[in-house]
Amino acid sequence: MAHPVVTLVAQRLALGLLLLWAASVLIFVGTQILPGDVAQSILGQSATPETLANLREQLGLNEPALSRYFGWLAGVVQGDLGTALSNGEPIAPALGKRLANTLFLASCAAVIAVPLAVLLGLVSVRYRNRWPDKLISTVTLATISVPEFLVGYIAVYFLSVQFRVFPSLAAVYDGMAFGERLYAISLPVIVLVLAVLGHMMRMTRAAILNVMQSAYIETAELKGLRPFLIIARHALPNAVAPVVNVVMINLAYLVVGVVVVEVVFVYPGMGQYLVDHVAKRDVPVVQACGLVFAGVYIGLNLIADLVSILANPRLRHPK
Amino acid sequence: MPKDTLPSALLDIRNLKIGATAYPPGEAPKEVTLVHGVSLTVEKGKVLGLIGESGAGKSTIGLSSMAYGRGGVRITGGEVFVNGRDILQSGPGGLRALRGKEVTYVAQSAAAAFNPAKPLMEQVIETTLATGMARAEAEARAVDLFRQLGLPNPETIGKRFPHQVSGGQLQRVMTAMALCPKPDLVVFDEPTTALDVTTQIEVLAAIKRAIRETGVAALYITHDLAVVAQVADHIMVLRHGRMVEYGTCAQIIETPRQDYTRALVSVRSIDHAEKPAGSAPVLSVQNISARYKGTNFDVLKNVQVDLPAGQTLAVVGESGSGKSTLARVITGLLPATQGRITFNGRTLSPDLAGRTRDDLRELQMIYQMADVAMNPRQTVETIIGRPLEFYFGLRGAAKRQRVQDLLDQIEMGRGYADRYPAELSGGQKQRVCIARALAAQPKLIICDEVTSALDPLVADGILKLLLNLQAEAGVAYLFITHDLATVRAIADRIAVMYKGEVRRYGTKSDVLSPPYDDYTDLLLSSVPEMRLGWLEEVLAHRRMVGAGN
Repeated sequence: MAHPVVTLVAQRLALGLLLLWAASVLIFVGTQILPGDVAQSILGQSATPETLANLREQLGLNEPALSRYFGWLAGVVQGDLGTALSNGEPIAPALGKRLANTLFLASCAAVIAVPLAVLLGLVSVRYRNRWPDKLISTVTLATISVPEFLVGYIAVYFLSVQFRVFPSLAAVYDGMAFGERLYAISLPVIVLVLAVLGHMMRMTRAAILNVMQSAYIETAELKGLRPFLIIARHALPNAVAPVVNVVMINLAYLVVGVVVVEVVFVYPGMGQYLVDHVAKRDVPVVQACGLVFAGVYIGLNLIADLVSILANPRLRHPK
Repeated sequence: MPKDTLPSALLDIRNLKIGATAYPPGEAPKEVTLVHGVSLTVEKGKVLGLIGESGAGKSTIGLSSMAYGRGGVRITGGEVFVNGRDILQSGPGGLRALRGKEVTYVAQSAAAAFNPAKPLMEQVIETTLATGMARAEAEARAVDLFRQLGLPNPETIGKRFPHQVSGGQLQRVMTAMALCPKPDLVVFDEPTTALDVTTQIEVLAAIKRAIRETGVAALYITHDLAVVAQVADHIMVLRHGRMVEYGTCAQIIETPRQDYTRALVSVRSIDHAEKPAGSAPVLSVQNISARYKGTNFDVLKNVQVDLPAGQTLAVVGESGSGKSTLARVITGLLPATQGRITFNGRTLSPDLAGRTRDDLRELQMIYQMADVAMNPRQTVETIIGRPLEFYFGLRGAAKRQRVQDLLDQIEMGRGYADRYPAELSGGQKQRVCIARALAAQPKLIICDEVTSALDPLVADGILKLLLNLQAEAGVAYLFITHDLATVRAIADRIAVMYKGEVRRYGTKSDVLSPPYDDYTDLLLSSVPEMRLGWLEEVLAHRRMVGAGN
């Protein structure tokens, strides 16, 4: 018999693929039942019925929905996301560039936010119910309570208008050096970090406090270990599963939920791309974006599941 | 302090007072005193046994030698000297140097006391590394200790995780962890209480050997006088946070001076004559086999026992022997895969859904944990009144009267009907559970380890009550227990179970007289006896048998 972890991982992967397929169905159905007609929106109100019919024929809109779905799915599986209606260009390359930008922004935010959140969580537990804990709780709660666009504009006002530390527009272009790129996106990164820090920090704190009730924490205390070492070495490894789940949901949010922040800082990422094409009723682009978002979400949650499974010593080291 | 009173003992506790804040339900928090001025000393290399029932303050005193208070417990007065230093005044840095290095701790449940996410070796040598020893040297020392404590595969067991090692082995690994940093004093807090009796004896022998070979001093905390008699040089008897008696091990066991100590020494003095096997069986278990869903082995194999009306059948065995599963099968919670159960002359439906209300009424159950067997938000009257309503349709004043009668029967009297379970002591909770079972006027009560969670004297009271009720109401008991002293006290018949099979079955006098089968012999000879040298005798005897003599 295979190692139980192998079986569990295989199950999760299969489940992830099934979910992704279900998401593709929902996206397709969702875009089909949207009101309005693509041909009409391309040609405008003055189009004659004949040209409309022609365009529909040309776009394949008269075919049954089922065959259009499978045609689309077959393309997607081969990496062809279709052609944008608005400019007639293939979607995959354009979207790929935007996705790379979004992932760059999200990773920069994650690299700062995740360790910082866990560290703040540890500090909160170490000084629970004392002033450092209360200060951290209050500040992170405040930053998640204020809408991101407001945090964005406040950051712009202070950091680029008043003190001119960072640029207010996160303009990036091809061939830009890595350092310049980092400098350009500093403000959106700060806003995103503030947006996701609170949840992760609070979950870390709660999960570790839960573990701190265990008998083995008393053992560690009776070994005369330093309080911070007890928390980091004996409590944190047993709190990994709940923390990872919240971390992954927040990472997914960094990719999927950055629309507002990208618009505020005019950053050429997925969010801007999606918003532009929704306005133009460019259904294939919207579908492609939806599918990428779904893939990111499912993928990250899959990783969270796998890490939770691997964090359990009973599964990793069966009897 | 004048120089001549400087403590010379390794551990010198003077006039120790310990308090905590209690939060009684529905009342304002109040300060309670747990330990009222206890003094004790432990010399280098000596073992002091601290003995008492729960609430005696023995663990609290033990932990004070590391200046540690569990939960909200605080040391409120007195002095604690370790190696001549008052540790209560030594500050956080001084305590870190003390804990885990000079004084170490072995907990009751090693299974919970080890970090599940780390391999054993990592945890065993953690403080040893902190004292500056090199990793290779520390690991070699740990392996030596594993070998000394008789652990299997001492070279590799350190790579295992806690869940991969049995309870008895974990307890020994924890002892190795306590001894690894070469402490001066080890606090053993009920280290064998959670183990099966056959495992307990091995762990006890390993601990005793390790104490002798390393020359470490120890505080050995337990409620079991027979256990502490095997390892201690001196014994201190505690009750309600006060010292009752202190003396050498031999003096306490052989010539106790205080009444309370005498009661502890002579506990389980119930003399219950076995009833003649004449009456017809109320319960007959025929060829029962059972397995749990999703498993491919039988947890019960061809179990066959009879229980005559109004008598007690004790089912004994270690954890995992299938004794609680037998109760689940009889009550219909786990339908048997094979066999038949006749109860009161009729065949019982294997699963619960097929049983009549009379079947349910006549077969009641009492559990080990009275705490969780009662709804904490119901009063005693509601709890006992429920079966009266359900089976007999009693209401109002008639029900209230009957509840009071039952409370009188369990010797609790007036003033308890309106209380909540949280306002009762452990023994009182178990009495209420007994009253609830009696309310249904059953023919048979299954008692699943009903005295295991109770202190010896309280357990004794419960057993006496059960015997009296049997004499009055003629109810039969199927008594599941791992404690052979309990079996001796109340059984008419005994079934010894091992790995799902009944190894030995018959009347009490038959089962408890030689010749024994191997397993019953092991089980009976593992029960600690309250005399000095018992442990050595048993081990010597086993070595002789093992060597083929």
